[in-house]
Amino acid sequence: MTATVPSERRMANDIAANLGHLPGERAAEEIAGHIGRFWDPRMRTRLYEFVDAGADGLDPLVVAAVKLLR
Amino acid sequence: MTLLKEPDFGTPERPGPATVSVEVDGLPVTVPEGTSVLRAAAQAGVDIPKLCATDSLEAFGSCRLCVVEIDGRRGTPASCTTPCADGMKVSTQTPKVEKLRQGVMELYISDHPLDCLTCPANGDCELQDMAGVVGLRQVRYGYEGANHLEAEKDTSNPYFDFDPAKCIACSRCVRACGEVQGTFALTIEGRGFDSKVSAGAGETFMDSECVSCGACVQACPTSTLQERSVVELGMPTRSVVTTCAYCGVGCSFKAELRGDELVRMVPYKDGGANEGHSCVKGRFAFGYATHPDRQLRPMVREKITDPWREVEWDEAIGTVARRMRELQDRYGTSSVGAITSSRCTNEEVYVVQKMVRAAFGNNNVDTCARVCHSPTGYGLKQTFGESAGTQDFRSVAEADVIVVIGANPTDGHPVFASRMKRRLREGAKLIVIDPRRIDLVRSPHIEAEHHLQLRPSTNVAVVNAMAHVVVSEGLFDRDFVNARCEDFDEWAEFVARPENSPEAVEPITGVPAAELRAAARLYATAPNGAIYYGLGVTEHSQGSTMVMGMANLAMACGNIGRDGVGVNPLRGQNNVQGSCDMGSFPHELPGYRHVSDDAVRTVFENLWGGTLLAEPGLRIPNMFDAAIDGTFRGLFVHGEDIAQSDPNLKHVTAALEAMELVVVQDLFLNETAKFAHVFLPGASFLEKDGTFTNAERRINRVRAVTKPKTGKHEWQIVSEIATAMGYPMAYDHPSRIMEEIASVTPTFTGVSFELLDKLGSVQWPCNEEAPEGTPIMHVDEFVRGRGRFVVTSYVPTNERSTRRFPLVLTTGRILSQYNVGAQTRRTGNVAWHPEDILELHPHDAEDRGIKNGDMVTLASRVGQTTLRAEISDRMPTGVVYTTFHHPVTGANVVTTENSDWATNCPEYKVTAVQVGLARPTRAADSKPAADDLVMVVD
Repeated sequence: MTATVPSERRMANDIAANLGHLPGERAAEEIAGHIGRFWDPRMRTRLYEFVDAGADGLDPLVVAAVKLLR
Repeated sequence: MTLLKEPDFGTPERPGPATVSVEVDGLPVTVPEGTSVLRAAAQAGVDIPKLCATDSLEAFGSCRLCVVEIDGRRGTPASCTTPCADGMKVSTQTPKVEKLRQGVMELYISDHPLDCLTCPANGDCELQDMAGVVGLRQVRYGYEGANHLEAEKDTSNPYFDFDPAKCIACSRCVRACGEVQGTFALTIEGRGFDSKVSAGAGETFMDSECVSCGACVQACPTSTLQERSVVELGMPTRSVVTTCAYCGVGCSFKAELRGDELVRMVPYKDGGANEGHSCVKGRFAFGYATHPDRQLRPMVREKITDPWREVEWDEAIGTVARRMRELQDRYGTSSVGAITSSRCTNEEVYVVQKMVRAAFGNNNVDTCARVCHSPTGYGLKQTFGESAGTQDFRSVAEADVIVVIGANPTDGHPVFASRMKRRLREGAKLIVIDPRRIDLVRSPHIEAEHHLQLRPSTNVAVVNAMAHVVVSEGLFDRDFVNARCEDFDEWAEFVARPENSPEAVEPITGVPAAELRAAARLYATAPNGAIYYGLGVTEHSQGSTMVMGMANLAMACGNIGRDGVGVNPLRGQNNVQGSCDMGSFPHELPGYRHVSDDAVRTVFENLWGGTLLAEPGLRIPNMFDAAIDGTFRGLFVHGEDIAQSDPNLKHVTAALEAMELVVVQDLFLNETAKFAHVFLPGASFLEKDGTFTNAERRINRVRAVTKPKTGKHEWQIVSEIATAMGYPMAYDHPSRIMEEIASVTPTFTGVSFELLDKLGSVQWPCNEEAPEGTPIMHVDEFVRGRGRFVVTSYVPTNERSTRRFPLVLTTGRILSQYNVGAQTRRTGNVAWHPEDILELHPHDAEDRGIKNGDMVTLASRVGQTTLRAEISDRMPTGVVYTTFHHPVTGANVVTTENSDWATNCPEYKVTAVQVGLARPTRAADSKPAADDLVMVVD
């Protein structure tokens, strides 16, 4: 059995859950920074595709971070 | 090198500033106050005969062989128990003491077999030596009287025999078991003539509490405790000093050989990490290196369903290079990558990551540290500025309060555990934070002041609550924080919130608030508080957060930058630290520098040629996902068995099956090799030349005992693959690789094989500022300047117990086995742990009708396996525990895809499971296969 939740969505949500306590725009900035520093470009592309497809199940902070990343 | 024999000064060193001066046989010598006459004499070059004394043990004064005369003092005191006094004049060779010594020896020999010529210890027996030294010429007492010559031999241990007929009851073994190892398994039973060494309460060594560390064998002055390999092969004739390839303690050993045959591994007294001690794995479990299972020739096959075909090296290397390039041509540069091994040398790891970056042209390199200590790298870098532990192992001797979090040192890091236990016996207080009641909680002469038996996955809530106590009760070190740290106020405001109080988190963690408060106060108010942690911290969805939480706590209490304090990861494998240092992570070049840093990339581009990618590559779990997605097609796996060690094995094997090229380099055809198209035989540590870096950043030399049985060094193979891919890479010796590492890594600029050979080992940073290394880090300032407090919100794991999976599984390691067991399962160590077992609490067992020894099914939402149950109240209710040493169990069949939010380190420590009595569906063996069983408890 493979993972049922797409990995990029799960990982991005995990990052958001752990950095979501940061105030204001800092949370999205830190999430974007983390993904930028540690994610392979193809993973980022997959994340962008999730966002473009409606961001179903994605933490809003991830969506905000993706805007910054782009 | 001939047989290396370290000098034995008879009694331990007594370091200190005050000195005394004495004369020994007219020779002046100045020694630290408290030094014994025996040791002072040895330092003056005068060897006083001795039998019960050795410098790894406190003086005992039983053999009466080291008697001396001292001017102005009556009698003939034992020099081992007599401390030097200023102006003392000692005579070691007088007619009186010579006569006494002869009398003592005569008595010993009168009850000792006269089989020196056929004794395995012939030539390495202190009794034999002393008989000569004291000039024994006759034994007046015959064998007609009572003696011990017919005493029965104990051959129960797989590695050494105990022959009581040869015992002189000097107690060295008993004392070594207590003082050095800290197990206290041995005792002297009986009195007077009936005195005899006994394991436990008259049990065999195997049935006793003995952990087979070898300290007793090492201490024995006769052949009473003797390695069986010496009996079988004869006394060794030469030594090669090298480094153990098991855990992250990195013990130094003398590999002792007879001709080219390895006879035994003897712990090296000058080893910085172990100082003469060992454990059952390093001391005895080296037989895997010559095990017939080793595959020594390269093999290839087109498809994984084809049979293997042995080929010459050229064909194997050419196949790897050609097929990797074909995949890149077809699917793109980033479609291939590699996994480096934390069991291999720094030099080997460096060339693998160089091959990926320079020859593959991408950053798809990761290391098995991903699945163990990657959160350590992240968390300590964020807070302290360096991805490494802060202390040397010796530092624990200065600790007043020791906090052990998510680690089981007596099983996982036994030689360091012995140091820790010694300090605890001296009076340091112990706090254990672990769901399981590990041995340290209560063992001979040790009892934890507090055992915070938290629920798995609640580490961060616990550390935040401890910080809450420190801040709200004003126990923090304001001077340290003000002078050395930043972002304290924001963090202090966070931890002081009511929701982080011990009372508020008690329902989450299960830790009684009063106990947690007391533990926090104990740590915060200790003169020196030290934190040691393991995978019970890192292998969680908040592994990185917890590392930062511990760093916060240490900084708040001023417990950084001197002996006796610090935040110390106990690394799992021998070279986890080194493999990370060497640039194995996909986002970092050697020295933990991000690939996006233009200046750093330029350094490597100038040296390696070409252009390096500024984007991070795939981490191991990402490689698996990308393989299933079809964008990652080829993988070089260097010395790691991902099809056994990584979580959610069905996902891992699906990924491996999806790839078009899997190259495995290993000693054995492991589980991963079942999915490989090319198998490259690896060299054991006994065939390697290079360095390992242990958990205290100590770079130790690994020296080849024999040439590679495969005909090639691993760094050579990797270099030839790169060259065959069109990127010329050649070294004539691993020291050249280290020279290259030193030339591009600021923390290694002073490191060379010459320096290591001269000093024995060094701890990085080793550079112009620290030419002989850095035992303690962050002394005057943190590597990043100011230590940074990071807010660590507790986020519950996504892995929740449910009605269907109501228990929580946590996994770990046992003393006798190592990781996936590829090495230890091929040694006598299987005598202790022939199979993985599931520990569960009596209540959980009773609820399910499970009895001790029953076969049970362990199921999670991703898979199930079958193993034997052991009912144990060391587990709390609701939590079960197993190891992952045996592929037949495949414990990682049940672990999930959940991982640390920052690093993707798998959450091995938390899996919701159900356990049920396994019922054979048909007549099955006593160890049925998983398919033969069904779960009878839902």
